[in-house]
Amino acid sequence: MRNVYLDHIAATPLHPLVLEAMLPYLKENFGNPQSLHSAGQKALVGIEEAREKVASLIHADPAEILFTSCASESNNFAVKGLALAQREKKNHLVLSAVEHQSVLHSAKNLEKLGFKTTLVPVDKYGLIDPEDVRKALTKETALVSVMLASSEVGTIEPVREIALLCRGQNVLIHTDAVAAVGSIPVDVKELGVDVLSLAADQFYGPKGSAALFLRKGTRIIPFIDGGIQEGGRRAGTENVAGIVGLGRAAEIAREELQKRMGKLRLLRDRLMTELPQKVDHTFLTGHPEKRLPHHASFAVEFIEGEGMLLFLDMKGISVSSGSACTSRALKASHVLLAMGLDHALAQGSLVFSLIEETSGADIDYLLGEFPPIIDRLRKMSPLYTKYLEEKGK
Amino acid sequence: MMYSDKVMDHFQNPRNVGVIKDADGVGEVGNPVCGDMMAFYIKVKDNRLADIKFQTFGCGAAIAVSSMVSEMAMGKTLQEAKQITNETVAEELGGLPKNKLHCSNLGADALHKAIEDFENKQKGKEVKPAPQVAPAHAEEGCCCPYCEGALEDLEDYCTKCQVELEECPECGKLTNKADEKCSHCGASLATV
Repeated sequence: MRNVYLDHIAATPLHPLVLEAMLPYLKENFGNPQSLHSAGQKALVGIEEAREKVASLIHADPAEILFTSCASESNNFAVKGLALAQREKKNHLVLSAVEHQSVLHSAKNLEKLGFKTTLVPVDKYGLIDPEDVRKALTKETALVSVMLASSEVGTIEPVREIALLCRGQNVLIHTDAVAAVGSIPVDVKELGVDVLSLAADQFYGPKGSAALFLRKGTRIIPFIDGGIQEGGRRAGTENVAGIVGLGRAAEIAREELQKRMGKLRLLRDRLMTELPQKVDHTFLTGHPEKRLPHHASFAVEFIEGEGMLLFLDMKGISVSSGSACTSRALKASHVLLAMGLDHALAQGSLVFSLIEETSGADIDYLLGEFPPIIDRLRKMSPLYTKYLEEKGK
Repeated sequence: MMYSDKVMDHFQNPRNVGVIKDADGVGEVGNPVCGDMMAFYIKVKDNRLADIKFQTFGCGAAIAVSSMVSEMAMGKTLQEAKQITNETVAEELGGLPKNKLHCSNLGADALHKAIEDFENKQKGKEVKPAPQVAPAHAEEGCCCPYCEGALEDLEDYCTKCQVELEECPECGKLTNKADEKCSHCGASLATV
């Protein structure tokens, strides 16, 4: 059976060159980077080279890169670390309603410590209006956190405009760029953000390896207390092989980005056009143009996502329904609800996210297998029967 | 795979899918907030379920459950069919994932409602379709509002993040029992 993996947003395959770069650090270069002997120094060199490569991908200074264990840690670190550092002066947070749970729940925890949160709404495309952020800002606002691109609906947010107005009011801004870095060009100077989260597993690097960009001079409260690793801001023995892998993946992304984007955009555009033609009552979610080039997401009316996901899996096609986290929580996605979709339609969410290996034949295969699956599930659906009855009247 | 072979079999080849136009009884349960809706249609002959059809909007488990219920109840007397419970259905399916027990395992309820509908009609009762009342947890979904973990049985303790929950007496939403104030409406939770 054909194997078609279209779940980039959950995980990308490890690039063979990334694996190759990591292996020596799982074998002979096992030293602790904090050790002064040569075994330790070899590991240290690996980490510092990786820091340069990650910095180069997002146009930062190597000293502005901190390594973490995952995207959620980076988001927790950014939101809690920056908020707590300003605790004595400011106690207000501004987040978009479509942030990842790791941002939303960090804010929820900060509320227990006396912080207040304002959620900025999004329009039907999942877009934030910078004007809404401006209105939400107060003298007490310590931090604004808006994602750069949504993994769930693909929409790219106007972070640059939002950062500009934050700067004018002396408010720090964090962007969760996990879905964006490695998939579209990201330049921290141009964006004007103070903090940015990224993760290796979103661009062909290993899981368990992520980073935080922290603009020079920005005060943050350490996330893990202990030794002097990462400048004392994130203690703990480094995941050396993971960090080396992140660095190599960043290096490859910098070289391949334009090529990847061009190729995947063409395939994605086909999917975006042809899927709704093949299956009626299938609606694109997210913005039609301002979206990640490898990302096509839909809401299929009258049926629920898991059924589609399981039937597609039986045909060798891997996709997501909502975000990976949402699908297990049995709750309609907060992102789709914030965009104004009703519960029933939000349950029919499906996300196709292409990877480097995706081919035209893969898209053909999907477009062929998809309609009969939908047909089958709709025939079982009481909502579809009701729709047909009302249509017949 | 999160599902047993039997669940997967019923999901892939559901028995008795469809609608009975002139059904003797119809039962509907569920709401789209939890993600699952089921409709059961029955034909009754000599006190027995002569035909059963169902339609389901929901996850793989919900579809398998409906199919299993229809198979278990087919040909049974009404009394026997009433003995079928959501638990025996889950058992017959070789178990369901814990986070699916609460939301998707509604098949027996839907069948019982269809039987009730038939019996009401027999009694010549004026049958008004019961208004679809969203369950108490509809507002928050069937999940812990703190960790998003699915809640089992009574929604008063989330096993995933180990938070003890209670319904706020003011707004009715689930909130952390240890808090002094409801996290939704700010009402005081201090009780005697």
